[in-house]
Amino acid sequence: MMGGWLPITLLAVPLLGALLLLLAPHALRPILRTYGLVVSGIALAPAVLLVVTFDYGRAAAPQFEVDVPWIPGLGLRFHLGVDGISLPLVALTALLTFLCFVYLCWGRTRDSGPFMSDRPRALVFTLLVLEVGMIGTFLALDLLLFFVFFEIVLIPMYFLIGIWGGEGRRGAAVKFILYTLLGSVVMLLGLLIVWAQAGTLDIEALTAAHGSGMSRSVQILAFVAIGIGLAVKTPMWPLHTWLPDAHTEAPTVGSVLLAGVLLKMGTYGFARIAIPVLPEGAAAVAPWLGAFAVVGIVYGALACLAQRDLKRMIAYSSVGHMGFVLLGFATLTPVGTNGALFANVAHGLITGLLFFLAGAIKERHHTADMPSLGGGLLARVPRLGSVLTFAAIASLGLPGLAGFWGEMLALLGAFQPANGLPRGLFLTYMVIGGLGALLTAAYFLVMLSRVTHGRPHDTTPQPLPGTPAGTPRPDPIHATPDERPTAPAASSGRLPATITLDPSTGPPDPRQEDITRHELLAWTPLVVLTVLFGLWPGLLLSLTTPAVQVLLGAVS
Amino acid sequence: MIQQIDYYVIAPPLVLALVAALVLLLDAFLPARPGTRTALGLVTLAGVAISLAFVVAQALSGGPPRSTFCVPPNLAGPAGQGPAMCSFVADRFTLVFAGMVLVAAVVVVLMSMTQLADGGIPVGEWYFLLLCTLVGAITLPASRDLVMLVVALELVSLPVFALTAMKRYDGRASEAAVKLFVVSVVSTAIMLFGVSLLYGIAGAIYLSRLAAVFSGQIEAPGVDPALVQGLPAVVTVGVVLVVAGFAFKIAAVPFHSWAADVYQGASVPVAALLSVISKAAGFAGLILVLVVGLSGQAATWAPIIGIVAALTMTAGNLLAMRQRSAVRLLAWSSVAQSGYILAPLAITAASGAVGTSMAYLVIYAAMNLGAFAVVMLISRTVTRNELDDYRGLAFRSPAAGLALAFCLVCLAGLPPGLAGLFAKVFVFRELVVGGSGWLALIMAVNTVIGLYYYATWTARLFTPTPGTSRAPTSPIPSATGESLPPASPTPHRPPATTWLAIGLALVVAVLFSFAPQVVLDMTSLSAFG
Repeated sequence: MMGGWLPITLLAVPLLGALLLLLAPHALRPILRTYGLVVSGIALAPAVLLVVTFDYGRAAAPQFEVDVPWIPGLGLRFHLGVDGISLPLVALTALLTFLCFVYLCWGRTRDSGPFMSDRPRALVFTLLVLEVGMIGTFLALDLLLFFVFFEIVLIPMYFLIGIWGGEGRRGAAVKFILYTLLGSVVMLLGLLIVWAQAGTLDIEALTAAHGSGMSRSVQILAFVAIGIGLAVKTPMWPLHTWLPDAHTEAPTVGSVLLAGVLLKMGTYGFARIAIPVLPEGAAAVAPWLGAFAVVGIVYGALACLAQRDLKRMIAYSSVGHMGFVLLGFATLTPVGTNGALFANVAHGLITGLLFFLAGAIKERHHTADMPSLGGGLLARVPRLGSVLTFAAIASLGLPGLAGFWGEMLALLGAFQPANGLPRGLFLTYMVIGGLGALLTAAYFLVMLSRVTHGRPHDTTPQPLPGTPAGTPRPDPIHATPDERPTAPAASSGRLPATITLDPSTGPPDPRQEDITRHELLAWTPLVVLTVLFGLWPGLLLSLTTPAVQVLLGAVS
Repeated sequence: MIQQIDYYVIAPPLVLALVAALVLLLDAFLPARPGTRTALGLVTLAGVAISLAFVVAQALSGGPPRSTFCVPPNLAGPAGQGPAMCSFVADRFTLVFAGMVLVAAVVVVLMSMTQLADGGIPVGEWYFLLLCTLVGAITLPASRDLVMLVVALELVSLPVFALTAMKRYDGRASEAAVKLFVVSVVSTAIMLFGVSLLYGIAGAIYLSRLAAVFSGQIEAPGVDPALVQGLPAVVTVGVVLVVAGFAFKIAAVPFHSWAADVYQGASVPVAALLSVISKAAGFAGLILVLVVGLSGQAATWAPIIGIVAALTMTAGNLLAMRQRSAVRLLAWSSVAQSGYILAPLAITAASGAVGTSMAYLVIYAAMNLGAFAVVMLISRTVTRNELDDYRGLAFRSPAAGLALAFCLVCLAGLPPGLAGLFAKVFVFRELVVGGSGWLALIMAVNTVIGLYYYATWTARLFTPTPGTSRAPTSPIPSATGESLPPASPTPHRPPATTWLAIGLALVVAVLFSFAPQVVLDMTSLSAFG
C-alpha cells in the first residue's frame, strides 16, 4: 500500500504556494499569473496520480492514509485518506481550481473589469488557500479535522466575494459568511455530540460502528444538528437564501468554485459523516430530508423561471440540482446514494461550466440581465452560443450527458426507498421530483430561447466604460441598422472625443468576440468530462458503488 | 510564634515589588532626560523577566506544590483536623496564571514604552503603578484565603484607577478613572459583605476550610445546630454576593456597563491591561472562590454562572456590533469573550471545566493583546481611532494589517486563526459533554454574531481607501497637509517597541494555532494540588 505522501502533497503544494506568495511578494510580482497556474498545476499532478494509482479493486476502503496525532488533548488526529466517494471530488476540486487559473492566466487582456488587474497577488493567494480548504475537506477522516477544513474555506470565499465581487458584494459576502458559520457551528455541536457519545473522532471507526453505542434519540439529535450545518452549505431549500446573492455577486472564478466545489462539501458531509455514522438518525429524518429536497427542486425551478439575471438563474438552478442530490441521499438506498454522488460530480462539472459561460457573457456585455443581452448569441458568437446551449442541455438532464444519470438514479431510488421508509411518501416525492425535472427543462429552454436564439439586436446599448459606445461596430454580422441611432443619441454627450478622433482604432466590440483561446482551454476539459460521464456512467458508478455499500451497511 | 517563610515561593511577586520601589527611586534620582524613560522601561522589563524566570523555574522543578504562610499544625484547631491551611500556594493553577500574566505584562510594558515616549505622562509613577498591579495579579491566583484574595484583588484594581487617570488634561480619561473607581469600590464592598457572611458561618477564611464546611464535612461553627438544619439560607446570599463582586471585575452582565467608557478613556496600554491582566486576575479569584472554596455550594452558583455567561456573551456581542471606535469595539468584544470563558464554569459535573476556562483565557490573552498592540500602533497616527481609520491598513502597512487581521480572525474563531477556533471547540466540548446544550446553542449563535463585527473590521483592512479624503497621516501626504490632525506631537517616530509587542503576541497566537496541545498540557492538569 502506498504511503500517505500523496494527500499530504495535495494539501502542501497550494499551502506552500500561498505562503511563498506571502514571503516573497516582490520577486513573484512579474510572473504572478504564471505562478498561480504553475502552483495549481503542480497541485493537480498528485490528484492525477491519485486517480491513476488508486486501487480500484478496493474502492470501499480508504487508501493513501495518513494518521498522525495532532491535538491529543482533544482526540484530534491528522487523519487523511481517499476512497471511492472522495476520489472524484478531490480530482474535481484540483481540476476546477487549475481551470480557474487557466482562465485567469491568459484572460483579461482587455481592460474590461478590474479583476486580475486588481490585486492579483491577493487573488492568487486567496484561491490557493481556498484550494487547501476544499481538498482537505474531502480528504479528512477525522470529525474535527473535517470541521477545521470545512471552516478554512469561509474566509477566502468571503474575501473573494467581498473584494472582487459585483455591486452588492459587501452584503452578499457578509450574508454568505454569517449563514455558513451559523450552519457550521451547529454542525460542530452535532459532531461533539457524536464525539461525546461514541468517544472517538475517527470517521473510519465511527462508520464501522454504524451508530452502535448511540441511542436513537441522540442519533436523531446529532443528525439534525449536523444536517443543518451541511444543509446550509448544500444548500437545502429553506436555508438556501445566501446562495443566489453570493453566486450573483461573486466573480467568475468564485462562482465556479462555489458551485463546483463548495456546495459539494455539504453533500459530501452527508455521505461521509451524517448517514454512515448516524444510521438510525438518518432513517428517522430521511422523510423530512426528502420533503425538503423535493420542495427545493420545485422551488428552484420556479425561481429560475422568474429570473432575469443569468447568473442568478444558474444559482437557483443549483438549488434544484442539489435537491436531487439530497433526495438521492434521503432514499438511503445504494441506487439513490449512487445517484446523489453522481449528480454531485456532474453538477460540479456542468454548473462550473455554466458559470464560466455566464462570466464570459457578463464580461462581454457588462450585464447578465437576460433581456438586455438581447438574444441571438448563436448568430453573433456561434461558438460561445453552442457551448452555452450544450451546458444548458447537459444541466437539464438530457440522456447521454452527465446531468441525466444522477437525477435518474435519484428518482429511481425514490421509487424503491430503503426498508422502513414510507414508500408511498417517497413515490410522491418521485412524482414531484419528476415534475421538477420537467420544470428544469422548461427554464433552461426559456433561457436559451431568450439568449442564444432569436435575431441579434441591442435593446439597450449602454455606454460602456472604456468602449466608445458610439463607434460603428466593425463586424455586425446580423446587426440591424435601424437600431443604431439610439446609441449615439444616448452617449453623444459623453464620448464625443473618442468618436471623432479615430473610430477605426477603437477596440473591437467585446460583444462580438467569440470564444478565445484561454476560454477554450479552460472549458474543454469540462465539456469532455460531461460527455464522457454521460456516455459511460459506469466509470464513476463503479467507483462509488462499493463505498456506498459500506456506508449504507447498517441502513439497508 | 515565628513563621517560616519560603522566599523562593513568593519570589515572583517579591521581585516585582522590589523593582517597583526601585523604579520609583530611579525616577526620583536620575536626571530627567529622554533616555531615562527608556531606561525605566527596561528596568521594568527586566523585573518582569526575572519574575517570569522564577515562575518558569518553579514550574519546571516539578514535585508537589509548594506553599507558605501556613497555619502551623499545632494551631490548626482541635487535633489539627481537616486539610492544610495555607495562604500562599504555588501549584499549577498559580503558575499558569502567573506565567500568563507576566508574558502579557511584557507586551503591556512594551506598549507603554511607546505610549510614554511622548512625554506628558510621568514615567516613574506609571511603571510603579503597573508593577504594583502585576504584584496583585500574580499574588491573587496564589491566594488561598479570603482576606488575601480581597487584598490582592484590590492591589490589582487600585493602581489601575491611577493609571487610567494618568492621561492628564484629558476629560475622557478622568471620567473613565472615576467610573472605574466607583464601580470597583462598589463591587469590593459587595464582595466584602459576601465574604464576611461566609466567614461568619464557616468561622474560617482559608478556602480549604471553607470547602470542608460548605460541603458538610465539618460542622459550621457559626450555626447553632439546634436551630438550623444543615446550612442556613444566608450562605446562598453570601455566595451570590461574592459572585456579584467578581462579576464586576470581569465585566460580566449585569455589571458590564463600565467597560466601553473606561477602555476608551484610558490609554491603549491600560485598556490592554484591563482586558487581559485585570480580567485574568478576576477570573482567577472567581475560580478559586467558587471551585476551591465553595465547591459544595455548586448547586447554588452553577446556574447563576450559566445564566450570567449567556447574558454576558450576548450583551457583549450585540453592543460590539454597533461600535465605530476600535477600542470600544474591543471592549465589548472582550466582554463577550468573558462570557465564553465563564461558560465552562457552569458545568460542575465535569472535572475539566477549570482547565477549559483557563485554556480559553490563555489563548484569548494572546490574540487580544495582538489586536490591542496593533490598535496602539494606529492610535499613534490618528486622532479618533475609529474603525474607518483602519481602511486599507493592509496596503499601507502590510505587517500591521495582516497581524491585526490574524488576531481578529482568531477572536472570531475561524481558520486560519486556529487558536481561537480550538479555544471555542474546547468550550463547546465541555458544554456538550456536561449536558448544557442550551448554553452551547446560545454560544453558537453568539459566535455568529461576533463574526459579524470581526469580519467587517477585517474586511475594512483590505478595502482600499477611497481617495485622499481621509488620508491617515502617513508621512508622505504633506501635500495635503491640511488633513493632518494638529494634535499629534510626534507623529512619525517608528514605535519599535510596539512592533516588538505585536510580534510577541502574534508569535504566541500562531504557536497556539498550530500546537494547541501546548495550552492543553499547561492547563489540563491544573487541578488544585
